[in-house]
Amino acid sequence: MNIHAVRAIYGFEMARTLRTLTQSIVSPVLSTALYFVVFGAALGSRIPSVDGVSYGAFIVPGLVMLSLLTQSIANASFGIYFPRFTGTIYEILSAPISAFEIVAGYVGAAASKSIVLGLIIIATSALFVPLHVEHPVWMVAALVLTSVTFSLFGFVIGIWADGFEKLQLVPLLVVTPLTFLGGSFYSIETLPAPWRQIAYLNPVVYLVNGFRWSFVGRADVPPEVSFGMTLAILALCAALIAWIFRTGYRLKT
Amino acid sequence: MQPILSITDLTKTYATGFKALKGISLDIREGEIFALLGPNGAGKTTLISIACGLVRPSGGRVTVGGHDITADYRSARGMIGLVPQELTTDAFETVWDTVTFSRGLFGKRRDPAHIEKVLRDLSLWDKRDATLRTLSGGMKRRVLIAKALSHEPRLLFLDEPTAGVDVELRRDMWRLVRALRDDGVTMVLTTHYIEEAEEMADRVGVIRGGELILVEEKAALMRQLGRKRLVIDLAAPVPGLPETLARHRLKASADGAQLFYTYEAAAAGAPDLGGLMQDLAGAGAVVRDVTTSQNTLEEIFVDLVSQRA
Ligand SMILES: Nc1ncnc2c1ncn2[C@@H]1O[C@H](COP(=O)(O)OP(=O)(O)O)[C@@H](O)[C@H]1O
Ligand SMILES: [Mg+2]
Repeated sequence: MNIHAVRAIYGFEMARTLRTLTQSIVSPVLSTALYFVVFGAALGSRIPSVDGVSYGAFIVPGLVMLSLLTQSIANASFGIYFPRFTGTIYEILSAPISAFEIVAGYVGAAASKSIVLGLIIIATSALFVPLHVEHPVWMVAALVLTSVTFSLFGFVIGIWADGFEKLQLVPLLVVTPLTFLGGSFYSIETLPAPWRQIAYLNPVVYLVNGFRWSFVGRADVPPEVSFGMTLAILALCAALIAWIFRTGYRLKT
Repeated sequence: MQPILSITDLTKTYATGFKALKGISLDIREGEIFALLGPNGAGKTTLISIACGLVRPSGGRVTVGGHDITADYRSARGMIGLVPQELTTDAFETVWDTVTFSRGLFGKRRDPAHIEKVLRDLSLWDKRDATLRTLSGGMKRRVLIAKALSHEPRLLFLDEPTAGVDVELRRDMWRLVRALRDDGVTMVLTTHYIEEAEEMADRVGVIRGGELILVEEKAALMRQLGRKRLVIDLAAPVPGLPETLARHRLKASADGAQLFYTYEAAAAGAPDLGGLMQDLAGAGAVVRDVTTSQNTLEEIFVDLVSQRA
């Protein structure tokens, strides 16, 4: 295990985060605050409660999930795409370092950033709504698991993308819509058929509901199913990355 | 002694179907400076990239210090430093950070004293806190060299190190190469300038069209290169060469209208051109014109290659 290399990549990526602190932390926090103002305060006052939970508290897990997903993907995809774009990836590829170590460095850094961000957003939301976490251990577990999973997914996108447009494409056209339609701001159970059944095809539904369960103790989906789904996505991304390094896809000619 | 780099029957066919390397075999001795000489597109970068793990070989085998570059890539790559042809650096990192990063990447524990030495050797010490995007091209190339040296490689690849480089950096570079050689570092450099090979290398390999057409001690190559030819046009043919001209070992053209005199321009004893002219006059030859020509690299290659055939 080349632990010095993992530390070097991790440190490099975290330094990049600190250099771009506004973009990495401040802007997601600000947009979350805006969501609270719009959905929580303005609209929420007209929606008494969902499933016995105040609307403001109900959307906290969804809001955190939204940031977690988009930021994990953005961080990890940019982290590996940029050295490919500039050509500095030559150094990573010529170093005595395994695929696992490369991924550990990049994905570890992206996930760390998302976890910190998630905690900050949760803390921010406590300023707007009374916050209660029913299962704190599971909440942290879901936070970590989701960050790692979607950082892996971001890594895959960062390898696949051959231009900055493609880098934005998947988050913009797939992840954000799925998150909005995935019950971040409403309960899937309130949807009419057949939309309710269709909604359950959306993987984000399981992520949001697992997270919500850890906060309020209730959700549209049993927590085991939610965690199982997260692990399945994680396994899929890991398999994709293993394939990328085995074939040298977009990395080596 | 085991070669530090051993290449056997190496081939590379790119996805386009282009055969960039057509069966290269080459052993690099520990401690030598080897210049890989060849025109653009000859396959120099491809060869280096395979040794460094950036390009996958299509066939053949490469070992570094006895370690197979695929099966035992950690040990093999750990010994290698690469200064790439393209100027690719990060933008927002500082010189110090990027060089320290390289050392970590190659699995070495932090050693600020070594990084400082490398930066000082490359006249980068004053720039250690500068961000990379503020540096000039020459400075960036120094940084790339510093990165490659940060982890104390045993084998250093320099891919066209002096392409587009100013005189000062060129001079610094050669000084550094000598110092590294004294430390026992083996170096493989690519170039398309014979002068560069001449200045530094112990051996020269010539690659063209993906084939290594020649590997020669530099000294032998340079002896050939230093040879000049004097062509003497005579007003009238001299039938047979007079005895008095024998010591000059002249050759005559078939019709006797031209005489050829070959000499080492760089040899210790200067050629006796004055004596030659006197002897020619004495033999009754009327010299109409004199031209000299130097062996071109091309001629030497053709010569050497045909000798081998
Ligand atoms: N990724 C690639 N795909 C297809 N052909 C390539 C690729 N990289 C290099 N080549 C071709 O292989 C040949 C050798 O290239 P290279 O090794 O860079 O030569 P050199 O470094 O000697 O100039 C060139 O003709 C080049 O066009
Ligand atoms: Mg080249």
